[in-house]
Amino acid sequence: MAAPPAIAARGLEKRYGAVTALAGVDLEVAPGEVFALLGPNGAGKTTLVEILEGFRRPGAGEARVLGEDPARGGPAWRARIGVVFQSAGFFDVLTVREVVAHFASFYPAPLDPTRVIAMVGLEGQERRRLKHLSGGQKRRVDLALGIVGDPELIFLDEPTTGLDPEGRRQLWAVIRQFAALGKTVLLTTHYLEEAEALADRVAIIIRGRFAAEGTPAAIGGREEGRATVTFHLAGRLAEAPLPPLPGLERLPDGRVALATAAPTQAVAGLARWASALGEPELPGLEIRRPTLEDVYLRLVRAHDAEAVAAAALPAGGSA
Amino acid sequence: MSGTRRLARLGLLRLQVELLTFFRTPDQLFFTFLLPVLFVVVFSTIFSGDIQGPPGEPAVPFPQYFVPGMIASGIVSVTFANLATGIAVEQHEGLLRRLAATPLPRSAYFAGKVALAFVTSVLIVVVILAIGVAAFGVSLPREPATWAVFAAVLVLGAGSCSLLGIAYTRIIRSAGSAPAVVQPPYLVLQFISGVFLQYSVVPGWLQAVASVFPLKWMAQALRSVFLPEWVGRDEYGSWETGTALLVLAAWFIGAAVLARLSFRWSRGQG
Repeated sequence: MAAPPAIAARGLEKRYGAVTALAGVDLEVAPGEVFALLGPNGAGKTTLVEILEGFRRPGAGEARVLGEDPARGGPAWRARIGVVFQSAGFFDVLTVREVVAHFASFYPAPLDPTRVIAMVGLEGQERRRLKHLSGGQKRRVDLALGIVGDPELIFLDEPTTGLDPEGRRQLWAVIRQFAALGKTVLLTTHYLEEAEALADRVAIIIRGRFAAEGTPAAIGGREEGRATVTFHLAGRLAEAPLPPLPGLERLPDGRVALATAAPTQAVAGLARWASALGEPELPGLEIRRPTLEDVYLRLVRAHDAEAVAAAALPAGGSA
Repeated sequence: MSGTRRLARLGLLRLQVELLTFFRTPDQLFFTFLLPVLFVVVFSTIFSGDIQGPPGEPAVPFPQYFVPGMIASGIVSVTFANLATGIAVEQHEGLLRRLAATPLPRSAYFAGKVALAFVTSVLIVVVILAIGVAAFGVSLPREPATWAVFAAVLVLGAGSCSLLGIAYTRIIRSAGSAPAVVQPPYLVLQFISGVFLQYSVVPGWLQAVASVFPLKWMAQALRSVFLPEWVGRDEYGSWETGTALLVLAAWFIGAAVLARLSFRWSRGQG
């Protein structure tokens, strides 16, 4: 029998006055899974996460986090989840060690603060006060406070916002290390690259609904979608007529592009054509699948267009 | 571990962090301790004369009258004002939510805050008394009974004003506005409760307003500890020490109920 899900939510809805933040979300996250929520600002990411963390009650629907209703979760439940917040200038005058040890003392079976400080890459900074840390180091403290209780499930809200690429990669390593211990991770992010680097599964949330859900590699039909093959027309290739392949197109920069659902066959055909002309290589050959960003932007634009169309309709019964 | 012991342990850990934070924040130390000290020094230097008593009674030096009022005011500052401002900032800037995401019981947070208020109350009493005695010749009470009244005012006054500070956070709408919302009522009460002025010069209707709140009764009861009977007669009609303690006890209970009813753990959300 499969283990019960770490997070299970059905039909979650939430309205603030006339604004619908969540319009029916179903979500299931397995234990040990890293799940990323992507979406534009105001799409409902934060509302969804706050319901799962027990800070808001849904207007309709049901949520179970580690088997309990988050809105009623007591201290024993709290001890099993970790929430990573954004720094807000608290504990400025305390040292890294004091703050991590303080939070550790709230939990029944915390991790050793020294180990947690090392895990997040702050060894050697134990005795520094938080106000003297860089932004990236403060984010590590935030992370340390979220994991020091040794939770089974951790919520990360935009964990690397404001970090430089180096700091972002270091923080990813910590999150991976944490996931490797078999912990469940739910993260929200604006960085598609981050979702791709960390998540087993991704959901794109738009206007309070999941617009797509799947593995980062397959979401939104990425694996089945058309790929684009491009190469340069150089040497003898430039002088010869192009092969008779459907979809072949000259780009203004002198390259040739071919959009195709069968890129392997297309490349094989092009290779035969080039070697017949005495060129063993296609210069600058690239095969590009739609990126997660392509999928994401396509979905966001489609929903925006839908919203514009819906607004243009004469007022109907379901206004 | 039993619930009470766990709460006590966590409350002490919170107090430890509150104290570390307090003593490592120079601005806060300055305003909390130096301001009342400055007031004592300035007022005692300006009004260095005596309050004349009825024939046959020795005159009372002004600092002897002023210092107990300043102690009452100092207690209100480190309890009501410091807690209301501190908690409002932590509430609006997300610390409370951060703590709420942990298994820390909410009561441990408040226990730490109130304990901090008591520790700083005792410190401010000691600091003001030390300066009063060393620099301005204030004489300390001698009878144990008057010290008992002192202790009762300290406990009931600090307790009720701490709880009022917690309740008061309800009307503070942002971290930035906290001091502006907290200071005016405290400042007005200091004037009409006879801290900055002699109570007898405050107009009757303002005295009536002051009598509703704890500060007037704290100052009055503390003066009864430091001053002879006739000053109470001249200033207040009589010391009414029993009434003062009863009013403070009532405030203690009322403030506890008010804090319980009005406090919102998290703000600015639906």
